[in-house]
Amino acid sequence: METALRTGLRRWGGRGSAEGFRYWSALAGLLVPLVLVAIVLVLLLQAQPALSRFGLGFLTARAWNPVKQEFGALPFLYGTVATSLLALLMALPVGVGVALFLAEPGLPRVRGALGLGVELLAGIPSVVYGIWGLYVLAPWLLEHVSKPLTTRLGGFPLLAGPARQTNLLLASIVIAIMILPTLASISREVLKAVPNGIRESSLALGATWWETVWRVVLPAARAGIFGATVLALGRALGETIAVTMVIGNTPVIQTSLLGPAYTLASVIANEFSEATGQVYTAALLELGLVLVLLTLVINLLALLLVRNTGRQLA
Amino acid sequence: MSRNRRRLFFSAAARGGIWLMAAIALLPLALVLLHTVTNGLPAALSVNFYTHVERPVGIPGAGVSHALTGTLVMVGIASLLAIPVGVVGGIHLVEYGGGQLPRGIRLAADVLVGTPSIAVGLFVYAIAVAPFHHFSALSGAVALAVLMLPIVLRTTESAIALVPNGIREAGLALGLARWRVALQLILPAAAPGVLTGCLLAVARAAGETAPLLFTAFGNKFYTLDPTRAMSALPLIVFHDALTPYEDLVRQAWGAALLLVALTLFTNVLSRLALRRQIALAGGQ
Repeated sequence: METALRTGLRRWGGRGSAEGFRYWSALAGLLVPLVLVAIVLVLLLQAQPALSRFGLGFLTARAWNPVKQEFGALPFLYGTVATSLLALLMALPVGVGVALFLAEPGLPRVRGALGLGVELLAGIPSVVYGIWGLYVLAPWLLEHVSKPLTTRLGGFPLLAGPARQTNLLLASIVIAIMILPTLASISREVLKAVPNGIRESSLALGATWWETVWRVVLPAARAGIFGATVLALGRALGETIAVTMVIGNTPVIQTSLLGPAYTLASVIANEFSEATGQVYTAALLELGLVLVLLTLVINLLALLLVRNTGRQLA
Repeated sequence: MSRNRRRLFFSAAARGGIWLMAAIALLPLALVLLHTVTNGLPAALSVNFYTHVERPVGIPGAGVSHALTGTLVMVGIASLLAIPVGVVGGIHLVEYGGGQLPRGIRLAADVLVGTPSIAVGLFVYAIAVAPFHHFSALSGAVALAVLMLPIVLRTTESAIALVPNGIREAGLALGLARWRVALQLILPAAAPGVLTGCLLAVARAAGETAPLLFTAFGNKFYTLDPTRAMSALPLIVFHDALTPYEDLVRQAWGAALLLVALTLFTNVLSRLALRRQIALAGGQ
């Protein structure tokens, strides 16, 4: 690779390959924003047939019936947002707890193991969470959680029966496990950026460890932890394969957490390679476009939040 | 006094709560690993699993050799595409890092890392599958490369930022051109860190299913031809797990075990490389 680089460089600049390398390497770096823009543009162009046919109504239409050429994004938007928010709700306390464990001085040295564990958790492929969720967690959840809940508390719309083996709650739990490493590792970085002086001041004033964490450290890191949460939300929205395997894949909007649902990413994964006809394909591509724009905005917001806290605290 | 005791008790209880959270976080890891090993071993212990290809349901002796080589071929091609570009781009971010452009590249890389991989699959389908009217391993590799690129770029950048400035200054003081300093002094000094990033990217790419669904698509037969549809381990897990046949589900668990072993092994390697980098950079 090095010799290829060198000949390339020599060919580039007569005046001096120093400048040549500067532009050459900038070009390599520029490929990243180019790809990002290209993804949005290509999806926009490819979704054109659906965009022009359905307009903005696509986002609020509830029907998804390819046979009748009815295409609406609402059930998928609902499923995506509901599973992601529910997952955040479950993962946030655990993620921040783990981050505290990893970042706060004064807690014992089991940290190495926990840090490694969280990293390995991030390293397990999505599809493995999928098969585990489908064959291990789903039957257990149905027997020990969903069924008892519907029989005792089925009167509440959120827990109405009949409970299904693959459902919205299961998908949310799987997503929660998958976004936990993101939440924990970024929150840890934010917590580490909190200057030790304010911790020590608080302890010196007689505050207990928990009072210091709750009233001093966490408020100082608030914006950054919020940023980590938003970033994890972005990951949750785009999670595909594991969700596809456990959510039940039914384009309906129902209040019960124990019924099946569908997400933007899952419907693309399931139907795109079998979609027939221009409109059907374009409708799926438009769902992809919606997903990309949604995650794009959320990621930008999160990155700005995380960066600003880092800068403010430093 | 009793108020203080209450406060101390509350603090201790909160510490207990943090321990509980840590335990809750590790529980799924332990369970996923445990069940993948116990469910995957029956398939993964047979030799046929590594030497044969898929067979019709009910006929014994099926294997996933085509998916194993498929994963290796596609991740290999993706690495060839993404690693040189990512490393050179990462060098640029450090060596010429001040202006607006590097800042924009950084932001774009962080956004691209968070872009859903299924969308990358759609994108590559549109540019590399639809125009040719057939699925190919090459398009799958391109999709994986898009996912690897920002990871390689950002980790290369942080590895190079770890290299002591003295090395850079020594090179420049000797009159070496900036690019020579970057490629011949800085890059070798940052090699373990760069390797860390590459391995992380490889592990991520090897485990991805969504971007391969409409690019590499999958193939029941053995092929090494990158212009044809090709199978991969994650595709086997996904497709076989959702069938009602016990044989295929067992096969899926076997492939899942193989996949976990592969990605975790790569992850551990990358951590070892990282440790070496930190030692090189003067310890922390």
